[in-house]
Amino acid sequence: MNAPFQPAATSLDQLKVGIRARVTGIRWEALDDGTSQRLRHFGFDEGVGVEALHLGPIGRDPIAIRVGRMTVAIRRRHAAAIDVQPIR
Amino acid sequence: MNPLPLVALTGSPNAGKSALFNALTGARQKVGNYPGVTVERHSGKLMLGDGRPAELVDLPGAYSLEPASPDEAVTRDVLLGRQKGERQPDALLIVVDASNLDNHLRFALQLIELGLPTIVALNMVDLARRDGLELDPKVLERELGVPVVETVAVRRRGIAELQAAIDDMLSAPVCGVHERVKEDLIHLQRRAREIATAAVVSETPVRRWTHRLDSVLLHPIGGPLILAAIMFVMFQAVFAWSQAPVSWIEDAVAFLSGQASAALPAGLLRSLVVDGAIAGVGAVITFLPQILILFFFILLLEGTGYMVRAAFLMDKLMHGVGLSGRAFIPLLSSFACAVPGIMATRTIDDPRDRLTTILIAPLMTCSARLPVYTLIIAAFIPNTRLAWGVGLQGVVMFGLYLFGIVGALLAALVIRRGVMKGGGGGFMMELPKYQWPPFKDVALGILTRAQIFLKRAGTIILGTTLLLWALASFPQAAPGQKQSEVSVAGKIASAIEVVVRPIGFNHEISLALLPAMAAREVAVSAIATVYSIDSSDDAASAARLEERLHGRWSLPTALAFLAWFVFAPQCISTIAVTRRETNGWKWPLVMVSYLFVLAYVAAGLTYWTAVWLGL
Repeated sequence: MNAPFQPAATSLDQLKVGIRARVTGIRWEALDDGTSQRLRHFGFDEGVGVEALHLGPIGRDPIAIRVGRMTVAIRRRHAAAIDVQPIR
Repeated sequence: MNPLPLVALTGSPNAGKSALFNALTGARQKVGNYPGVTVERHSGKLMLGDGRPAELVDLPGAYSLEPASPDEAVTRDVLLGRQKGERQPDALLIVVDASNLDNHLRFALQLIELGLPTIVALNMVDLARRDGLELDPKVLERELGVPVVETVAVRRRGIAELQAAIDDMLSAPVCGVHERVKEDLIHLQRRAREIATAAVVSETPVRRWTHRLDSVLLHPIGGPLILAAIMFVMFQAVFAWSQAPVSWIEDAVAFLSGQASAALPAGLLRSLVVDGAIAGVGAVITFLPQILILFFFILLLEGTGYMVRAAFLMDKLMHGVGLSGRAFIPLLSSFACAVPGIMATRTIDDPRDRLTTILIAPLMTCSARLPVYTLIIAAFIPNTRLAWGVGLQGVVMFGLYLFGIVGALLAALVIRRGVMKGGGGGFMMELPKYQWPPFKDVALGILTRAQIFLKRAGTIILGTTLLLWALASFPQAAPGQKQSEVSVAGKIASAIEVVVRPIGFNHEISLALLPAMAAREVAVSAIATVYSIDSSDDAASAARLEERLHGRWSLPTALAFLAWFVFAPQCISTIAVTRRETNGWKWPLVMVSYLFVLAYVAAGLTYWTAVWLGL
């Protein structure tokens, strides 16, 4: 179990809009090479601050995510490979 | 002769590179192509402090020297001196977005490692300040080891300082160039974050403008509604705003035609000039205002950053037919012209997604089809007002565009489920900050389009029109015979007519179909030429083309003609660019055949339904 007052660790696709979080790990093996490269280009890396900003109109997909200082759109299933720890 | 020193302008996407390029080179620009690859080479003359020129080449934006697309590969190859047809640059100008240093410094660090003389333009410092971010360029200079100049390219600020810095850099002695970059991306990224943090003087947390706007424009319900409204306004504007300038051009053409008729003796020469050149080219030139209005909207949507939001909103829907939201941008550009649209598919990483997008791009109603739509709508659809600012003609026009879009989505679905199964990448795009594009840049873009269009009108359209005039004028009809039946063109048309008669097409349409392959708008000039050759009395030839059509075509025929042009077998330029982009004749042939079948079926269904309804 998680410590009290510490929000539960989750994956980026489950992160609620408006909650800031920090990337704790990326399961690169679950992603193809092209996707991995783009995520690196966008600056996804352990320790980077992220926040879900907007959700797509159909099926809440894709997700607009603030990563570092920029905003990117990625699909839900790619976001699922990114583990995050919400910050209170 | 010594070549001019070559400065390469590069940086991550959305750093404001194009605006900086425009600010530094003004109108002194050249667009070419790199040999062997279909990537445009933009270069321009840069004036240094003492009036000496240098050449500035604008490289495609990239996130790193490890390319993810053909465009990014060109950037890498030019910078490493490996690109055919390009010299190794003498110096580098790197653009970074001041409010996104964490990310942009990664590529900058990788570039600085190359060891070329380098300057960093710290761009969009105004937007960073608006977002409450104050930076110290001196810290950046120290950490990066190269000069840093603050700029606001869209407001043309910091340009003189940048020119002076480039001047200093080119005068300094050059050290060797490193062959290979050593550090890996993750390492560079972490170092970039450290430097970016060190350069921050103060940061006030403010809710950013872009975020507030996105809350509205990307709202799950509001967002799609606004997108639909923008599209609707865009197509209404194409009609409404163009009315005045179109009538000026029409008056000018009529005046010219009258003058030429008066000056030239009746006979072949007068027919060539008045019926061939003036009637044909005049009919097409009339549509310049509409085409420019359409391009204005597309440039504006792209320049403000809205286009990517539209892609975001459309992604899931496009995913449903096997594409990604990324395809939305090339498809929307195809509304202007399929050629730049097909070229824009290069940003799509997945090869199957890309090929599908290329195949359906011609279904987006390009601006060259506007003349055809406009003519038929003006002739057959009453100009009834449905509501304030909404006319029936505009609604029909919107419907035709919609028809093309639905056709494209269905075609994509069939292609992705059938010929090109599997694969399918993701949707990964940066959502840049909103900004108002500089008026000058938009104006420059429109001007370029106007030049291209007028050049086409003066060459390919004039040429085809004159050829058609000749084919339609010879042999001369005897009294009592109809010229459009007797001539060579008439004979060819009669052969085509056998095939298209069942779908309601008449002799004149059959005649217009072939030259329309050269350029679609030629269909209009072809019809104009045929009718002006046919009309013997001056009163009839003075009547406007739509008035003449109104009397001669039935409504089902006109509607079938419109439906045909929704799927119109595309022009030669589209076929050529498809061949180039797909490296062979296979896909252009597939494209042409499936579009022909679709056009025939759509026109047929429209005609038979309209006849059945008794229209």
